[in-house]
Amino acid sequence: MIRDLFVQGAQMLLVLAIAPLVTGVVRSMKARLLRRQGPPILQPYRDLARLLRKEATLAHNASWLFRATPYLVFSATWIAAALVPTFAAGMIFSWSADLIAIVALLGGARFFLALAGMDVGTAFGGIGTSREVMIAALAEPALIMIVFTVALIAGSTQLSTITTFMASPEVGLRVSLGLALIALIMVALAENARMPIDNPATHLELTMVHEAMVLEYSGRHLALIELAASLKLIVYMSLIACVFLPWGVASATGERDALLLGAAFYLGKLLACSVALAIFEITIAKLRVFRAPDFIGAALMLGLLATLLRFVSEGL
Amino acid sequence: MASFEFAGVMSLTASLASVAVLFGLCILALVTLRVKASSALIYLSCFAASAALLASGATHLFRGSAPEAVTLALGLPWLGAHFRLDALSSVFLIILNLGAASACVFAVGYGRHEHARGRVLPFFPVFLAAMNLVVLAADAFTFLVSWEFMSLSSWALVMAHHREPANVRAGYIYILMASLGTIALLLAFGVLAGPTGAYDFASIRATPPAPLTAALVLVLVLVGAGSKAGLAPLHVWLPLAHPAAPSHVSALMSGVMTKVAVYGFIRVLFDLIGAPQWWWGLVVLAAGGLTAVLGVLFALIQTDLKRVLAYSTIENIGFIFVGLGLALAFESNGLPAAAALAFTAALFHAFNHTLFKSLLFFGSGAVLNATGSRDMEKQGGLIHRMPVTAFAFLVGSMAISALPPLNGFASEWLTLQAILWSPQLAEWPLKILTPGVGGLLALSAALAGACFVRAFGVVFLGRPRSREAAEAREVDPWSLAAMGALAAMCLIVGLLPGFVIDALAPATQAAVGAHMSPQAEIPWLSIVPIAESRSSYNGLLVFAFVVASMTIAALTIHWLASRALRRTPAWDCGFPDANPATQYGAGSVAQPIRRVFGNFVFRATEKVDMPPPGSTAPAHFRVDIRDRVWDTLYAPIAGLVSYAAEKLNHLQFLTIRRYLGFVFASLVILLLALALWPS
Repeated sequence: MIRDLFVQGAQMLLVLAIAPLVTGVVRSMKARLLRRQGPPILQPYRDLARLLRKEATLAHNASWLFRATPYLVFSATWIAAALVPTFAAGMIFSWSADLIAIVALLGGARFFLALAGMDVGTAFGGIGTSREVMIAALAEPALIMIVFTVALIAGSTQLSTITTFMASPEVGLRVSLGLALIALIMVALAENARMPIDNPATHLELTMVHEAMVLEYSGRHLALIELAASLKLIVYMSLIACVFLPWGVASATGERDALLLGAAFYLGKLLACSVALAIFEITIAKLRVFRAPDFIGAALMLGLLATLLRFVSEGL
Repeated sequence: MASFEFAGVMSLTASLASVAVLFGLCILALVTLRVKASSALIYLSCFAASAALLASGATHLFRGSAPEAVTLALGLPWLGAHFRLDALSSVFLIILNLGAASACVFAVGYGRHEHARGRVLPFFPVFLAAMNLVVLAADAFTFLVSWEFMSLSSWALVMAHHREPANVRAGYIYILMASLGTIALLLAFGVLAGPTGAYDFASIRATPPAPLTAALVLVLVLVGAGSKAGLAPLHVWLPLAHPAAPSHVSALMSGVMTKVAVYGFIRVLFDLIGAPQWWWGLVVLAAGGLTAVLGVLFALIQTDLKRVLAYSTIENIGFIFVGLGLALAFESNGLPAAAALAFTAALFHAFNHTLFKSLLFFGSGAVLNATGSRDMEKQGGLIHRMPVTAFAFLVGSMAISALPPLNGFASEWLTLQAILWSPQLAEWPLKILTPGVGGLLALSAALAGACFVRAFGVVFLGRPRSREAAEAREVDPWSLAAMGALAAMCLIVGLLPGFVIDALAPATQAAVGAHMSPQAEIPWLSIVPIAESRSSYNGLLVFAFVVASMTIAALTIHWLASRALRRTPAWDCGFPDANPATQYGAGSVAQPIRRVFGNFVFRATEKVDMPPPGSTAPAHFRVDIRDRVWDTLYAPIAGLVSYAAEKLNHLQFLTIRRYLGFVFASLVILLLALALWPS
């Protein structure tokens, strides 16, 4: 029991500790690929430390909701990150929320962030909110369809069970899994405000979605929101890794060496995902906001197609 | 005739006595109309009666009693009035009176501002009584009379503020659609009873109809109960009528009356009609999925707060009907465990919807009272002026957006789990349709989130858009108590869904012949619909985790880093002190989604009218939105009726000789027909 709790705690601290690092790796990789010097890899940590030390400024008419949202968003994302298998499957609390609940938990974080965008009553916050909910309204069903596909293959919506099943030899290559993977990558790009949906580097207000929503935040509040964004990136990378690259995931009850090996595998997968993300982002241009629904709509259709394939082939 | 053992039918007797009290309250309301305190008196008495009904329903359900039946010497002389209280009735009795009791408490405060008391007070108890009687009725005659009482009393309440032209139109369309629904139900029961005219439910149950007749009944019940519940395309009256009534009545109509319609549907299709056929599930699933998406999309673009809520009711009804459709499909495929899961999900969602939709309508009523307007474009910043209402409305919005750990998530999660079971269905059309319906449900759940971000954000957040909103005052303690109680229940039911699922088990057992495994015994109070390796969810733990990590984060940051705070003007990228009109409003927040679905669903046309350069004339931007259902289905029917009426209008202005001629001619024609009729 104590040991199980310890493993769970280790995962929570691990994701929290390396989340800014992953963001830093992606940023500096992108800069290098564009032949720029770029910020150091550890820059996100320095940014966070600086923001945390500074005083927070609040608009005069900001309500309690505006102040509570950073903490809520951070904790909901952190809990989601704690429930996705990273280096080990079958953690002590893995049964408390299945994949659908994790999706809904992330949806809850977005719900409050979108509300916070409207709280101060400026035009930029509203523009961010209205676009964010538009993107989310298409990305979330796409994600649910992907969940359906994976759940039908593995016979479970529990992520630990899915991971264990995916690592077993009886899975094989399946068309529906391929479609689900493509759809999941597209959704992950959209949900993390990445190219081609949103540009995480831009500070031109009219083109941004996520950044416009959090424009009024400063100090420790902004630090929490940035950290939550990094954590969300890690949640999606872990999700892709544990469902589609399930190799090397240890069992939470396994030996210490197995867990360490699992952690090494996990870090390797994160690095691979970061490199892939950086390369993808520099090779593609940002879409106009009203072209974004086409992109996410394609993900939704792929997800639906994958689910349909599962439904049809299940009866054969 | 009324000979019965009192002990055996205690709950039913208590229920009927409470209903009688409600009818008595109608008389009392008429007598005491001029007394100032009558409003509070009537509503508190109604609360007592609802509480008694709630208690008798709960007693029956939790004791696991056998069905109780009573026949009273009322109604048709050869039939009598049959009443029966079984597990299904008692579940709906609880749902109904939970909503009714909270509405009564809210109304004690809200009703003080009512200027047309005489048009509300007498009808309110009758409305409550009629809904209860529908649930208790055990013969077609009693059922239909109660149903019609329910329609007419709610119609009277919709017409309470009859000086507003929009309300008159709403009332007119409502009474037309209600009549259509009643006629459909009348025919359905006629077909069920058969030529012998055995109208009591026991006889109907004993003689299941032939397949073709059953199909006819399905269609008629879908029209009859579906139109009352708001199933597309019969939903057109609902977003007009529900907002027109006073807010506590809106809450009852949206939160409770639609559930009575769902009850009617369940009573006929899961009880009276016998074993279902596989394609029934198909029809109900398709109707439910389409209703859910259509409802929420229209909810997203409304600017009247109460109309947003009314359209969102249509969405939730879609959710419930998807659950029922799945249950029918599973039942016909011989998968009772899956049918039990789907049916439980539907009942659970009906229960949850009553909680949060009543809460949200109370919130909209509070806003209406405080600012005098339902128009979202005139609100803003109410979280500062009305903190308690804002918090309650936020909880309701989270629940209806299916966010964990609130109750809406638990029931939608169960519905999705039921869909994941559907590859087991044997029929190909079902196999192909169900994932599509699953996609529609996921889409409507996500859109509901967007819809309530918009509703809460525009009304309660930001800066006030009108003087009334800037000077709004928090509402009275009665209203706050009603909202607070419902918000607390949304949270508690979300944290402990297992107890609700267990409570629904007897009703599920009666309807589909199986029930979900007991949830209360599962360690840590998780819910496990099938097996733990398949899926489980624990709202309590998720809530505890989120709260704990929030506290840890806040304490750590305040202790180790900084807790300094400074209030400044908003940053807004350096724009100084912009006008509140520059905020995103109800129209603009919905604009991206309207563009995505615009041409297809709304037939939205945007018209920009820019003055030429140099001119000081204002620019105009206009959006026109049309309801396709209205244009393609109702407008032609209305056109046909008015065309016929216009042609027949000539008949009114003839001379007496011509009328006599017509009478003579028709007599001759009829006699000729009689003579020529092959006997």
